[in-house]
Amino acid sequence: MSTRLTCDVVVIGAGMTGAACALYAARAGLDVTVVDRGPVAGGTTGAGEGNLLVSDKEPGPELELALLSLRLWAGLAGELGAPIEYEAKGGVVVASSAEGLAALTDLAAAQRTAGVVAETVTADRLHDLEPHLAPGLAGGVRYPQDSQVMPTLAAAHLLRASGARLLTGRNVTGVLRTADGSVRGVRTGHGDVHAPAVVNAAGTWGGEIAALAGARLPVLPRRGFVLVTEPLPRRVRHKVYAADYVTDVASDSAGLKTSPVVEGTAAGPVLIGASRERVGFDRSFSLPVVRALAAGAIRLFPFLTDVRAMRTYVGFRPYMPDHLPAIGPDPRVPGLFHACGHEGAGIGLATGTGHLLAQVLGGEAPEQDLAPFRPDRFEEEAA
Amino acid sequence: MSPLEPVRAEPDPAFTVTLDGREIEALPGQTVAAALWTAGVVSWRTTRGEGRPRGIFCGIGVCFDCLVTVNGRPNQRACLLPVRPGDAIRTQEGTGHED
Amino acid sequence: MRTDLAVIGAGPAGLAASLAASARGVRVTLVDAAETAGGQFYRQPAVALGARRPRAPHHQRRTWERLRDGLAASSVRHLADHHVWCVERDRTGFTVHALRGPLQEEPVTVHADAVLLATGGYEKVLPFPGWTLPGVVTAGGAQALLKGGLAVPGRTAVVAGTGPLLLPVATGLAAAGVEVAALVESADPRGFVRYLPSLAAKLPEAAGYAARLLRHRVPFMTGHTVVAAHGDGRLEAVTVAALDSGGRVRPGTARRIPCDTLAVGHGMLPHTDLAEALGCRIDGADVHVDDEQRTDVPGVWAAGETTGIGGAALALAEGHIAGRSVAARLRGTAPDPRAWAAADRSRARLRELFAAVDSVCAPPAHWTEQVTDDTVVCRCEEVRAGAVREAVQELGAGDLRTVKLLTRAGMGWCQGRVCGPAVAGLAGCDPAPARRPFARPVPLGVLARAGHPTDADQPTEEGPS
Repeated sequence: MSTRLTCDVVVIGAGMTGAACALYAARAGLDVTVVDRGPVAGGTTGAGEGNLLVSDKEPGPELELALLSLRLWAGLAGELGAPIEYEAKGGVVVASSAEGLAALTDLAAAQRTAGVVAETVTADRLHDLEPHLAPGLAGGVRYPQDSQVMPTLAAAHLLRASGARLLTGRNVTGVLRTADGSVRGVRTGHGDVHAPAVVNAAGTWGGEIAALAGARLPVLPRRGFVLVTEPLPRRVRHKVYAADYVTDVASDSAGLKTSPVVEGTAAGPVLIGASRERVGFDRSFSLPVVRALAAGAIRLFPFLTDVRAMRTYVGFRPYMPDHLPAIGPDPRVPGLFHACGHEGAGIGLATGTGHLLAQVLGGEAPEQDLAPFRPDRFEEEAA
Repeated sequence: MSPLEPVRAEPDPAFTVTLDGREIEALPGQTVAAALWTAGVVSWRTTRGEGRPRGIFCGIGVCFDCLVTVNGRPNQRACLLPVRPGDAIRTQEGTGHED
Repeated sequence: MRTDLAVIGAGPAGLAASLAASARGVRVTLVDAAETAGGQFYRQPAVALGARRPRAPHHQRRTWERLRDGLAASSVRHLADHHVWCVERDRTGFTVHALRGPLQEEPVTVHADAVLLATGGYEKVLPFPGWTLPGVVTAGGAQALLKGGLAVPGRTAVVAGTGPLLLPVATGLAAAGVEVAALVESADPRGFVRYLPSLAAKLPEAAGYAARLLRHRVPFMTGHTVVAAHGDGRLEAVTVAALDSGGRVRPGTARRIPCDTLAVGHGMLPHTDLAEALGCRIDGADVHVDDEQRTDVPGVWAAGETTGIGGAALALAEGHIAGRSVAARLRGTAPDPRAWAAADRSRARLRELFAAVDSVCAPPAHWTEQVTDDTVVCRCEEVRAGAVREAVQELGAGDLRTVKLLTRAGMGWCQGRVCGPAVAGLAGCDPAPARRPFARPVPLGVLARAGHPTDADQPTEEGPS
């Protein structure tokens, strides 16, 4: 069946970022069509924990975007209610050594100046927050703003709330351009969709979409495993992680990095992350990686030794060389906009990304400077 | 007629275990599930969502419906676990874990 | 411990393969979850139950005794009560990770040059209102408790569903003193007639069951299905209705049958978790194998139900061929298929037979119409049919994985093994095999050391402290 549609904006990607772009663009009065080659949340969104974090970000444009996004998430949670499983559970970052604690408290101090709420927790008070934490930790910092949503539900409900036309199971095979090079829509396996604006929210596959439009966007996959335990009572109350997670997130190493990230969920299971490695789109199960995750989680919460792991899943985080996303118009291709490359923070940053992009699409000045997220910022180094 | 008759079973002597403190007889070689069935008990767990009763379903360790707490260990599959003299079997509620 | 060949599963396929390979000089380690070999098909009452008269028909018993005695006389190392959770491919071959003992907590590893997956199958059950009530069990489950534990669930049973398993379950329960109020088979008897040439070999066996049903006065209802189970906290009755030729319930035919047990099954599904995690090709629901029973992953063979449901006799033939192929291949030679010509002929004939059984014994085409929105579909996470339908119709799900993420159907203890076909049917999508890297739950303390150099080959008392 071949169809031909015309609308104001085509969003490529029915993941979290595409859903948020669709929602805010629709609220700005635009007629939106969302196209995805798979189902809703079929890529990175469906393989993540749904973190809305400020704790793991250093002061800078990403943290500013995270704070904006958190405010928007709180608003959406009030609007959409329980189905997206929004929970402001808070984060607790712990350090095992005095040096680690010093670095962590320095980071917290800098984050405070950027508007983050960060409460230093002394070693003797850690167990008030998390009774099952391992003994002997040096101390930590509590971040009450850190929150969570169930990412697949959030994407699906934002899409539904947007009222956008949703075309799943449609592979985008080309970006249609006019004679002067500007975008006029997309070609899919089931026909063309015409629009003067195309948003690339294809996540880890965003580089391929950019290439269809003749632009280079260096988005690469970084593989991550998550372990899921049997259902438990709420023994882990916050998102709890070791301070070295922050350095792993910022790492440029291609090799395997694991740092324990442990959290309880309302549904019962405890989720255990986080591994990062650059192995392309290899989905095969890796026992050494999940072994490291299990060992790290037990170091933080010894009771987990006897708890059973039920499953593990793998996902690909879209990262860019400077660990910042690409958000905004592509000056090389008029009508092409990017909203991808959020690495492991895409759920948290989705609302801010969608909001700012909708402002740009509507011809307004975005309320946060998008210069650090310029999609063509890697051209100079490539040249 | 009992299911022992068609195979002319002459089991070793029965022993006693408890279900929620109540004594029941079990035969050596039976699983916890077989012992409970023989005692006329068909459910020994309530679900963590709606608190509904469950007992055995697949009988071969696949479905995990028959989870039960035995000697303080939760989430044992009654259909796989051999029953032992003196076992304290407890109806399991929710996740089976205390908190 | 090291071995040439690790065979996973000691049912008909695994036993036949182990004996065939071992007889040709292969060092075989047979890893199995049960306390005694035999699998589901040759399940025996526990020794302590002192059964003096075997239940199985004569020819089955002879085959079983041959396998059992063969195993005892062979050099095969049989690791009973070992529950495999992962088979890992590494530089030097394979590492089989198992948990020993009924509590499934002690880690054991076996290193092998080759692996043969004979993991068998389990029963498929499609949902209907009331199917979560205690007293509703799978047909195979009722049989397993009767065969292995000499236990029956109640006094009055209905046996229902479709497929060849229902007959022995009904006659077995009746022989054990249970009143079987009805045997309800959804298949249309005219279907059997159509496939008569293929099914002819099964006729004597079927006639035997028919005689026993008659002797126990079990009413046999074909072209009927259970549409609901009723009870307050446990099963008290079922409603049975007739099906039309299109597989729809015929209005006005519903009839209530009081019972305290419903043994129900809609066919079998293969266990493919270990194969999938090893990267083996899966065709539909089955592990893909070549004429030698080799998967497409070098060093991995598969035989029995895991390569396609076909019963014990087919599993024996496949296992035998697989074992001989392993023996030749591990010596670096190509086997001569003429050496197993008899097994090859049985395999071809039995595959044809079961293709016919499969065509005849399909669940009613429109079974989903009987599944009300408030019927629990995922038993573990208590997800109702209405939620599955909403995920598809309103939230953009088009595949099993997305339905799972949106509803939690398949995220619980059984990891979707039970609800997978039901969710696929309700969602109208392919029942794609799920990825389950852990074939069973594994303690994090065991996982944290799995394959670690300090993890001794011999089991230790506890996980890391």
